[in-house]
Amino acid sequence: MKQKQGLKEVYAWNPEAHLSSKVRAMPPSGIRKFFDLVANMNDAISLGVGEPDFITPWHVREACIYALESGTTHYTSNKGMPELREKIAEDIRDDLGLAYDHEEQILITTGVSEAVDLAFRATVNPGDEVLIPEPCYVAYIPDAELAGGRARSVPTRLSDEFKIRPEDLLAAVTPKTKTLVLSYPNNPTGAVMTRQDLEEIADVVVEKDLLVVSDEVYCKLSYRGKHSSFAQLEGMQDRTVILNGLSKSHAMTGWRIGYALGSEPIISAMTKVHQYTMLCAPVMAQVAALEALHKGKDEMLRMRREYNLRRRFFVSGLNRIGLNTFEPGGAFYAFPSVKSTGLSSQEFAERLLKEQKVAVVPGNVFGECGEGFLRCSYATSREELIEALDRMENFLSSLK
Amino acid sequence: MNEILGILSENAKATPAEIAALLGRSEEEVARKTKGMEEAGIIKKYITLIDWEKLEGSYVFAVLELKVALQRKTGYDSVAERIARFSEVDSVRLISGDYDLQVTVKGKSMKEVAFFVAEKIATLEGIQSACTHFVLKTYKEHGVVLEDKQKPKRLVISP
Repeated sequence: MKQKQGLKEVYAWNPEAHLSSKVRAMPPSGIRKFFDLVANMNDAISLGVGEPDFITPWHVREACIYALESGTTHYTSNKGMPELREKIAEDIRDDLGLAYDHEEQILITTGVSEAVDLAFRATVNPGDEVLIPEPCYVAYIPDAELAGGRARSVPTRLSDEFKIRPEDLLAAVTPKTKTLVLSYPNNPTGAVMTRQDLEEIADVVVEKDLLVVSDEVYCKLSYRGKHSSFAQLEGMQDRTVILNGLSKSHAMTGWRIGYALGSEPIISAMTKVHQYTMLCAPVMAQVAALEALHKGKDEMLRMRREYNLRRRFFVSGLNRIGLNTFEPGGAFYAFPSVKSTGLSSQEFAERLLKEQKVAVVPGNVFGECGEGFLRCSYATSREELIEALDRMENFLSSLK
Repeated sequence: MNEILGILSENAKATPAEIAALLGRSEEEVARKTKGMEEAGIIKKYITLIDWEKLEGSYVFAVLELKVALQRKTGYDSVAERIARFSEVDSVRLISGDYDLQVTVKGKSMKEVAFFVAEKIATLEGIQSACTHFVLKTYKEHGVVLEDKQKPKRLVISP
């Protein structure tokens, strides 16, 4: 008996003690808390979803099924199928007027999420600072820090329609600053930056010799003219790593296909990390992506048209019921201000969920300067958006 | 395509106010343009898509393949127009291929439809042959898949 207890003590093991201090210190995503609250409600309307409500167009799914039937189940080259890289190079030439060599300058990744991680891991040294304009997608800061960097927030404001101001960039730059993250059209605000807006920050980028990591996954969902990329500015192509993917444009979130475009040394470095971690993006998803890029333009435009219809009536609806909302130029998010109610983002979102069963994401989970705002996704049916507006109006009048 | 028609073709119940909000235009403009298209005969009718198979004892449908013997002076139009007059006839199309007119017919029973075809259609002058195919099941109509399938689930909140 005594001996048995002794053994138990000898083999006692605390997994917690073996976690890395970096991961342990990392706060869980603020979105998670809301997920748990909403998951237990059956009749809640969710405006909290960061993905298209459309199902991947049938011709894309069918191409994948056919590929599986034909036995397409092997690894691809680390960088991804050459045909897919060639097609991406061709599309980028048409869309942005930029030439990328598909052999050296394009890497297919498992979603843009992997591409973000690779970009940081390939370029950040311990202690390097990464500038991250906020409010922003929740992964940039943890990814930069996992790579050994230090994230520094750059605030953006409603009065600038959430565009980056050069003076805010300058204020955040230190001798250790290495990288600037751009993410336009933006999640969570829906903000866009025009070529002129980008030119205004380009001087700071050059003066401080920054690398730009530009996440453009929402670029096809631009509603006020063509999308502009920082890489299009004169002399900026080599300085920029463009990250993109098919998730939002072709309703392909679950397939996990993204890609990175950049100068040969950076793409090679990212490929090195990629080959030792992911090896390659899933082959069946690459085949599907190729089909989507070759034949999916009409479907993509049809979805964009529908988002644009919803955007107009939803944003005007939010303003009508008394939530001040600027007109988002891209993505599928509206970012109304709740400051007039006197409630914090978190309070507003929690009470709206409990009292009227509408789920939104409080703006503060996307950074401190998102406090006082809500992220409302309009990637949901028109009927649900109308019902959500009614319920939000009820909630607002209950506050008076 | 015309944006107003795009919305109305998906939902005939969309009001000018709703369409105006979706398109970011004024209600008056939408109402005026819609009326203009009604008057020009571009918009013929606002209809409801019904899954008749969900109603017991409703209708049976048949597709007819008609071969037409063309006669001097009268083309396909005169035969087609005669057929179109019958209220039992849902649609009439001139098509390419092995036969000439494709007609859909609606009736209370198979017997009723069969007799209607035998008595009223097959006997028309110029009809060379009539072949009747009864519809057993409709899978898709006007771009809508009729079977109610459960929607695949999305996460309720995602970043």
